[in-house]
Amino acid sequence: MTRAALIAAALAFLGLFVLMPFVAVFVEAFRQGVPTFLSALAEPDAMAAMRLTLLVAAISVPANIVFGIVAAWCITKFEFRGKGLLITLIDLPFSVSPVVAGLIYVLLFGINGWFGPWLQANGVEIIFAVPGIVLATIFVTFPFVARELIPLMAEQGRDDEEAAISLGATGWQTFWHVTLPNIRWGLLYGVLLCNARAMGEFGAVSVVSGHIRGLTNTMPLHVEILYTEYNFVGAFAVASLLAVLALVTLVVKTLLEWRYGDQIQGIGH
Amino acid sequence: MTRLKRSVLPGFGLTFGLTLAYLSIVVLIPLSTVFLKSAGMGPADFARVAFSERAVAAYRLSFGAALAAAAVNAVFGMLVAWVLVRYRFVGRRFVSAIVDLPFALPTAVAGIALTALWATDGWIGQYLAPLGIKVAYTSLGVTIALVFVGLPFVVRSVEPVLEDVGRDLEEAAASLGAGRFTIFRRVILPAIGPALLTGFALAFARGVGEYGSVIFIAGNLPYKTEIAPLLIVTQLEQYDYAGATAIATVMLLLAFAMLLAVNLLQVWRRRRMER
Repeated sequence: MTRAALIAAALAFLGLFVLMPFVAVFVEAFRQGVPTFLSALAEPDAMAAMRLTLLVAAISVPANIVFGIVAAWCITKFEFRGKGLLITLIDLPFSVSPVVAGLIYVLLFGINGWFGPWLQANGVEIIFAVPGIVLATIFVTFPFVARELIPLMAEQGRDDEEAAISLGATGWQTFWHVTLPNIRWGLLYGVLLCNARAMGEFGAVSVVSGHIRGLTNTMPLHVEILYTEYNFVGAFAVASLLAVLALVTLVVKTLLEWRYGDQIQGIGH
Repeated sequence: MTRLKRSVLPGFGLTFGLTLAYLSIVVLIPLSTVFLKSAGMGPADFARVAFSERAVAAYRLSFGAALAAAAVNAVFGMLVAWVLVRYRFVGRRFVSAIVDLPFALPTAVAGIALTALWATDGWIGQYLAPLGIKVAYTSLGVTIALVFVGLPFVVRSVEPVLEDVGRDLEEAAASLGAGRFTIFRRVILPAIGPALLTGFALAFARGVGEYGSVIFIAGNLPYKTEIAPLLIVTQLEQYDYAGATAIATVMLLLAFAMLLAVNLLQVWRRRRMER
């Protein structure tokens, strides 16, 4: 039975290396019971970390949605030289180590950075403050929406939009009433993945955050702090919220692929 | 960059301008700082910090572990893709969703969970410790973390190609007397080869730069279990911007080389498809 053996081997590998770490998060979080779990989450620094994570996602995701739509419109509705290069450049942040993604903003806005002295003289804080965290998050989540929309809109072509324009619709009307309904599921798919990464980013944010408890700690950074303080239950409690986020992301993603598979390109497809 | 063919659709100037502006401000200008700062260091100084003994040890670990993890994922990722494409079984959709878990789970969460499993008193580590196998805080632990983050790249690269490989070719080969292994080696592997290589390259590139899932399980001892991204962070914390930038330059150049390799692989794939 080759079939049974191959399925068993694949399941064993996935179970051991992928599923088990996920399960471990929840088991470790509830190791000392539900009350300890809840009090770890209700702690003021943990609450502050959750608020900051939501704030950062609330700024960086919409910024990349607007950019993703604009870039996809430009790339799929017009012919111009250098299009291939532009697409490669949009993909670039996926190839950069998260740590380097944080470093570049330190080199720009840190005390010894290009704009550091000017920022300091004018009392503007970017590095070791929220703006730096937002910038680093925007960088690492930059390609998600554009990357989802470009192949989708390229496949859909320009006929619908050209018809709308020739019937007298303005550019905005065409976008709102023709393009947006065509791309909505693909857009949602891109936003979903973008949001998951924005809320879960660790490396890039870690470099620019300064790790000030209650002020510049996002949830993943708070997990690290608790863990290095040997507060394992606290670390896994906060981590379990992020694991739930991953679970919700996966469920919605699977539903979207299942229900609207033809209207989604899917990253990596 | 001029428009070659007139389109009746509006907004080229606006969207092209906005795209270029946002791309420059968020990505291109910040990335250029690394190269400009490195260029300002002078070749001798750059080489001294970029290839210091400690930095070379960190590259060796990062590249070596990423290579080993990508190799493991090439084998098991291909197996998982094969099972998902070729067999129908209960829970297949669930298994397929699990493959994407490493994409969705934040890296820091994966890092502490993997450590809880593979530490010497952990779920799995406690059974390996009596055998003298130590996983967490060794390069083996780094490799396991990179296997976790890299798996989806291989599976998702190979899956669509495997779907396209017709079974008629295999059946033809079988009817001509080819054994199962021969069919795999001579028919299937050549067909999915480029996709497998792409997945391998993507998993490797991700592994080299990976930080969050590795640092908890790595041990982080200089010269021994310190990955290159961690060395950048350490040097930044000591305000050694030049040292951090030099190492970042080496990693960026490698990342660009991998990006080029993946793009060339895709060109190769398209050529083969057209034949």
